[in-house]
Amino acid sequence: MKVMLFAPELFLLLGCLVLFFVSLGSSNAKTARNIIISIAVVNILICMGCKDLTGELFFSAYKIDPFSQLFKIIMSFGLLVVVLFGRELKGIEQNVKAEYYLFLLLSTMGLIMLVSSVELLTLFVALELSSYSLYLLVPMRDDHGGLRYQMESAIKYILFGVVATGVMLFGMSYLFGLTGTTYLNELIPRLHAMYDQPAVIVGIAMVMGGFFFKLAVFPFHFWVPDVYEGASNETTAFIASVPKIAAVAMLIRIAVLAAPEGKTIITMLMVLAVCSMFYGNLIALVQKDIKRMLGFSGIAHAGYVLLGLITLKETGYATAMYYIVGYLVMNLACFLVICKVSRNGENVLIEDLSGLHKRAPMLALTLAVGMFALAGIPPFVGFMGKFMLLTGALREGHLPLVILAALNTAISIYYYLSVVRITYASDPEDQPMVDVDGMTKALSVSLMVIIIFMGLAPARIIEVASTAVKAIL
Amino acid sequence: MDFLLINESYKFFDIGILSIIIFLPVLGSLVLLFINNDNAVRYFALVVTVANAVISLPLYWGFDPTTPKYQFGEHHAWFPGLDIWYTLGIDGISLLLVLMTTLLMPLCVLGSWKYIQKRVKEFMICLLIMETSMLGVFMALDFVLFYILWEAMLIPMYLLIAVWGGPRKTYASIKFFLYTLAGSVMLLVALIALYLKTGSFSIPNMMGQGYSTVFQFWVFLAFFLAFAIKVPMFPFHTWLPAAHVEAPTAGSVVLASVLLKMGTYGFLRFCLPITPDATFTFMPYILWLSIAGILYGGFTALAQSDMKKLVAYSSVGHMGFVTLGIFVLNKNGIEGAMLQMINHGVTTGALFLMVGMIYERTHSRELAMATGVGKFMPLYVIFLGFFSLSSLAFPGTNSFVGEFLVLAGGFTHSTLIASFAIPGAVLAAAYMLRMLQKVVWGGTKNPDQSYLFDLDAREVITLAPLLLFVFWIGLGPSPFLDVMHTSVHHLIEQVNAASHGATTMASLIP
Repeated sequence: MKVMLFAPELFLLLGCLVLFFVSLGSSNAKTARNIIISIAVVNILICMGCKDLTGELFFSAYKIDPFSQLFKIIMSFGLLVVVLFGRELKGIEQNVKAEYYLFLLLSTMGLIMLVSSVELLTLFVALELSSYSLYLLVPMRDDHGGLRYQMESAIKYILFGVVATGVMLFGMSYLFGLTGTTYLNELIPRLHAMYDQPAVIVGIAMVMGGFFFKLAVFPFHFWVPDVYEGASNETTAFIASVPKIAAVAMLIRIAVLAAPEGKTIITMLMVLAVCSMFYGNLIALVQKDIKRMLGFSGIAHAGYVLLGLITLKETGYATAMYYIVGYLVMNLACFLVICKVSRNGENVLIEDLSGLHKRAPMLALTLAVGMFALAGIPPFVGFMGKFMLLTGALREGHLPLVILAALNTAISIYYYLSVVRITYASDPEDQPMVDVDGMTKALSVSLMVIIIFMGLAPARIIEVASTAVKAIL
Repeated sequence: MDFLLINESYKFFDIGILSIIIFLPVLGSLVLLFINNDNAVRYFALVVTVANAVISLPLYWGFDPTTPKYQFGEHHAWFPGLDIWYTLGIDGISLLLVLMTTLLMPLCVLGSWKYIQKRVKEFMICLLIMETSMLGVFMALDFVLFYILWEAMLIPMYLLIAVWGGPRKTYASIKFFLYTLAGSVMLLVALIALYLKTGSFSIPNMMGQGYSTVFQFWVFLAFFLAFAIKVPMFPFHTWLPAAHVEAPTAGSVVLASVLLKMGTYGFLRFCLPITPDATFTFMPYILWLSIAGILYGGFTALAQSDMKKLVAYSSVGHMGFVTLGIFVLNKNGIEGAMLQMINHGVTTGALFLMVGMIYERTHSRELAMATGVGKFMPLYVIFLGFFSLSSLAFPGTNSFVGEFLVLAGGFTHSTLIASFAIPGAVLAAAYMLRMLQKVVWGGTKNPDQSYLFDLDAREVITLAPLLLFVFWIGLGPSPFLDVMHTSVHHLIEQVNAASHGATTMASLIP
């Protein structure tokens, strides 16, 4: 049954069609929401059902392997969580809610196709499918004030995005020109054979650039603060989590091209990692808007993830996967709180969280767990991930890098702690109460449980990730 | 696992006694989530901590003082991929610290019975999680397990200060967190470096490996930074007065009695046996820092008008004695230091409880506001008198034995250094007697204290066990010293197995 290999994508396509027709009618936000929630749930089930399949489609341009299937499950999970806690879509204009869901789903579909793409052009098409849908989500915000500052964000996002794509395409042309093929599995031996040529390194680095943009690695990070701030809270939650998963997946696939003796690539990744960590953490220290702060913290975390890639080894890749999945969960926990605290979809300043422990104890706890986890304090997943990344990097002898990364943990703790301090140690003054429904509570608890469980019992997850990585080496 | 003794008779449903002691408080805190009555919460927390104290007592009876091995051992796979094990065990160095922690926690609960009026449930949950992580730190024999508990402890401690603390709680709590965390990030790097050298995270396996001098040098520095901040040694002490003063009573007690000991425990467990060469290299510098701490703590305490600050600065001085004893590297010094760790936990814990009691009544910690209470609170000043005498190491009390041993060890090592520590003991008498005089009698300008009421039964029960230990250790210290001898002897052997302090600082700089 070859169609089963393509089942998740087909199902999502079907879902997109349904949403498209729903969006043609009027006042149908509620229907659209119910549809997308059911699609997201069923999609997880389908991805789970297909997780052991392997095979190739479309003239071998599309590969179903444990690696891609694992990422599909994770991203489906991310989508479900985002649509669940963003149910009200407070920050989106009333008359485009159905369209919003349509593009959200389309973007997810693009990402899910992306992780299966093993041919440069397929990869490009999948990436653009997801990117353009995301570009459209940003201006759909309802800012209630008429300033329309989301437009500025949207323009910035699309311009930077297009430039990054251009860089990536340029790199792809190098790779094709050098080897005469666009298939990754044929590229690997040919590139390894001519690894001493600078053009190869330039090509690989430029292809990576496209994904650095998605992951927000320095110097492809410029869009982050403005887009995070300008997009609605739900959109930012999605942009900050799900595409980054796919970006790491693709970076791993591209990094395989550079192995095993990619000294120059390693040096480049190291420099980028250090710059990302310092830049992200230092600038996050002075942020007042919590989404901007999380944006800069995301840049720093992208730097940490690169620590896993610089090893160019299976365990390093597996650790990077573990870390980015942990990051997804931690980030979603934080954004859940932001979405709920925001009353009409407006941005949340850090000081707006004051006294949250009285206004919504469950959300305060979720936020504290999320923040401590992001800061890398045990027993949460952030610590275990960082610990394994540092171990892997030090095993390869990158002592200065490891010390710099450890120092960054110390820098970053300040701004994470400030958020916890505001939520727990200050009084609410005249801040309004926050309604928390049963679904939100259940979601909070499950995210916290995952954060702690992944931190304390990483063995099984690393094992799964290693098996997945082995499939592509 | 030849370093581990597994005592089969101390198991309950196949769970080792140490695991039970570690996990009982955290399980209790989970149950607390579902209790909504404040008084029920207090009683439940008391029951859990008392139960834990009772369960921990057999550790003393079952402990075999003739072997330096780690006893009551537990060894289970946790994360085989990275060779991380769940390994627990206690030896003569950690036994008393574990017991002190379990015995102090019920007193902390009692001491916050009335002091904590808002968010009682959350407070008790934090306290119980603290207990779990503190006990875990003293029992863990796997470095990753140790590090996780060591760091995880910051979260509940931070919340204890930041939520229930005094007026400057924000500043104090953040300073505490940042200082401690910044100190221990390099510990993480050292941990990984040691793992890559030895191929295992097992702490006993890391000992006596004969690492190169330069490697030891850097690892020692990473260790030292983390532990010296925790102790805190001069000049890393600045977080301590802030945190102590702003923390609620139970927070101060936990901080002074247990948290500070983790630093000195770290020196004994990690610095000395894992990096013996570097220990010899750095010994003189650390000894002089200890002297500086003793004198600085004493002089600063003398100038305080806030009772809590006074006790806090006295901690800096007392901990200086502890580090002095550890780094003279002889039997008397180390045993004295270990006993002094317990003494400081008992005495300073009691003093913080007493300051908390006066604060509950006068709502001020100012010494000037608490003058002349002796007339109205006779019971209170009796306790205060005994604990103050203990704090200044009066013969017959616990601290005398500890300080005497430390000084004896110090004189064996170097007369010069030990002589510099003597004024510290005199200073302790000066600031403690000054406080005692003011609180008990005061002068002619005493504020009106007639509204004060004396200690009630709960408060007496809180303080009485500590007083018992003050005299027990003071008059008959051998039950406490006997359990240490073999482990200390073994530790000194491990240090002396080093190639010896031929290296100087100058030779290490490339």
